[in-house]
Amino acid sequence: MGAPRAPATIEPRGQHGMSASADAAHVADAEGAVGASETAVRLRGLRKTFGDVVAVDSVDLDIADGEFLTLLGPSGSGKTTVLRMIAGFELPTAGSIELGGRDVSQRPPFERDVNTVFQDYALFPHLTVLQNVEYGLRVKKVAKAERRQRATEALASVRLDGYGDRKPSQMSGGQRQRVALARALVNRPKVLLLDEPLGALDLKLREQMQVELKAIQREVGITFVFVTHDQEEALTMSDRIAVFNEGRIEQIGTPAEVYERPATEFVAGFVGTSNLLRGEASLKVLGLEGVFSVRPEKIHLGDPSQPLADGEHGADGTVAEVVYVGDATRFVVDLDAGGRLVALQQNVHRTSSDVAGLRGSRVRLVWRRDHEYRVHG
Amino acid sequence: MSTVTPEAPSDGAPAEAPQRHPLASWFYRHPRTRLSLLLLLPLGWLLVVYLGSLAMLFVTAFWQVDSFTGQIERAFTFDNFVEIATDPAYYQVALRTIGIAAAVTVLAALIGLPMAFYMARVARPSHRALLVALVLTPLWASYLVKVYSWRTMFQPETGVIAWLLNPFGLDSPGYGALATITTLTYLWLPYMILPLYAGLERIPDSLLDASADLGAHTGRTFRSVVMPILWPSLVAGSIFTFSLSLGDYITVQIVGGKLQMLGNVVYQNFTLNLPFAAAVATIPVLVMVVYLWAVRRTGALDNL
Ligand SMILES: Nc1ncnc2c1ncn2[C@@H]1O[C@H](COP(=O)(O)OP(=O)(O)OP(=O)(O)O)[C@@H](O)[C@H]1O
Ligand SMILES: [Mg+2]
Repeated sequence: MGAPRAPATIEPRGQHGMSASADAAHVADAEGAVGASETAVRLRGLRKTFGDVVAVDSVDLDIADGEFLTLLGPSGSGKTTVLRMIAGFELPTAGSIELGGRDVSQRPPFERDVNTVFQDYALFPHLTVLQNVEYGLRVKKVAKAERRQRATEALASVRLDGYGDRKPSQMSGGQRQRVALARALVNRPKVLLLDEPLGALDLKLREQMQVELKAIQREVGITFVFVTHDQEEALTMSDRIAVFNEGRIEQIGTPAEVYERPATEFVAGFVGTSNLLRGEASLKVLGLEGVFSVRPEKIHLGDPSQPLADGEHGADGTVAEVVYVGDATRFVVDLDAGGRLVALQQNVHRTSSDVAGLRGSRVRLVWRRDHEYRVHG
Repeated sequence: MSTVTPEAPSDGAPAEAPQRHPLASWFYRHPRTRLSLLLLLPLGWLLVVYLGSLAMLFVTAFWQVDSFTGQIERAFTFDNFVEIATDPAYYQVALRTIGIAAAVTVLAALIGLPMAFYMARVARPSHRALLVALVLTPLWASYLVKVYSWRTMFQPETGVIAWLLNPFGLDSPGYGALATITTLTYLWLPYMILPLYAGLERIPDSLLDASADLGAHTGRTFRSVVMPILWPSLVAGSIFTFSLSLGDYITVQIVGGKLQMLGNVVYQNFTLNLPFAAAVATIPVLVMVVYLWAVRRTGALDNL
């Protein structure tokens, strides 16, 4: 767990971090045509320890202006701590934080041009919804008329017009979440930090809010740094994803890159279903040494006699488990070569009664070679 | 699965059948009876002992003592209140008492707020219980012991305070209003700290973070977030310190010198003129009623 790592194992991880930054540079270059490639947030060698616990370690990250960047990782991987350091609630043990090119590493939160949407929303219970939204403007001594107008507009932008006079305790979870969003957005910050803002909502509302959040972000053009441990949420909303594990960044890339070309075994397992070929199985099936990832939906489930076309790989096996998930069926197949792979097949013609009898049958799994990726340990 | 034996296990009654509790289930079906029984004793106490004696106090205040026989005359009259209102000596005592109680309350709040803040928000969580216990320790000692030790402290020329101030060419302020306020503040401070502590502990960290995040520096956060949320706790504490000080008569006798408070007046008239003592004793009650009414208007009691 918290055991110190030998430098030898740190090295390759560091390299992933570096190559990830290089990817970031590519993305920035690609956007360079639009001219919006200024860096909103730059983290260098960021580290935070609490006593003996290393919460965040050597994090390098460049977040472009107007980008929607997600910090994705399991519980305790240091996402919140990174966010809190950007906001200024925690000071880094080492490393630097730049906002819009200015080093703010040692500045208090009230001197940073960022705003936060808290996981528990942190609405002031003694103030009305409108007063909550006005708070930041009142602190900055914005004239009353303008303040009213901007707060009312912000509430309208999150579709809460007419709720201004309520107390937060009289609002539902989803409404509170939107008040928190309005309270942060009304200040027009350079960067908005969101710590699992949808965590407390039920699935339906969460999916609805994901779409809304993304739309709002596109509209206002503010840089969003979004924390979640829900990989689906990360994949649907982000421009780029930084995958965290034990305080370090394992990989940074677009959702497609992270999902289809996971750099490490951890990423392959955390983002999507872990579907790995390793050891002897790799040798037998692919003729290669190492660990390889193939996403379940890229695998076609065929008849054992099905011939392999050019550029395809195949492996025979026995269906160990059939899971009907509504729109698709998940086949867990024990390979003759050792190990197991999952294949996801759309239920275009199948129904639940059809799949039950498939357990134990012999199949051939087929996928295109360019859908398999070597991952690092 | 293996086959199921149809017979019940031979040893004793089937274990799954729930026990029957006729009395408990009767009460379950009659929740009002249950509640009444539960509240019978405390309600009886409240009605007879507490409200009853308060009512007696009010009634007695309108009686009189026959100046020749010293017997109580149970005839309705406003004379006691007229005397208090017209005799400067009495209403000055009343005003002074309110002033002292207010001073004690303000002092306790000024001392208690930083202490409670440290206990609830700065000290390590593992130390908090210990700090609460430390705040409570003075309550374990006898009231008289504490007041007499303050008497020793305030003793002119030889007391601890005199000894501390002598190097600066000053003497102890001696017995009087200052000593009374100091001693009362000391006595009632825990009653101020505890509600403040409880109130501060309930404020989530994220509210303070949110305020800073929205641009408020620490002082502003204290004024605009902490104080409004803490207000009911402060009011609760002040009700304790204020009312306890209003009614005190022992402290002022021991460290007050010639100082008179309402409690002394009540105490002195207790045996000679009970109706007058009762009339004087209603003053703190009325002051508290006015105080609570004023406080209620600020909304502090809305969530109690
Ligand atoms: N104030 C603190 N004191 C001590 N340890 C802390 C503190 N805050 C965080 N940690 C530790 O730092 C590590 C990272 O915590 P962090 O809250 O950043 O995780 P996270 O990725 O946000 O997890 P989650 O998804 O559960 O919110 C954890 O091991 C946690 O126990
Ligand atoms: Mg977190």
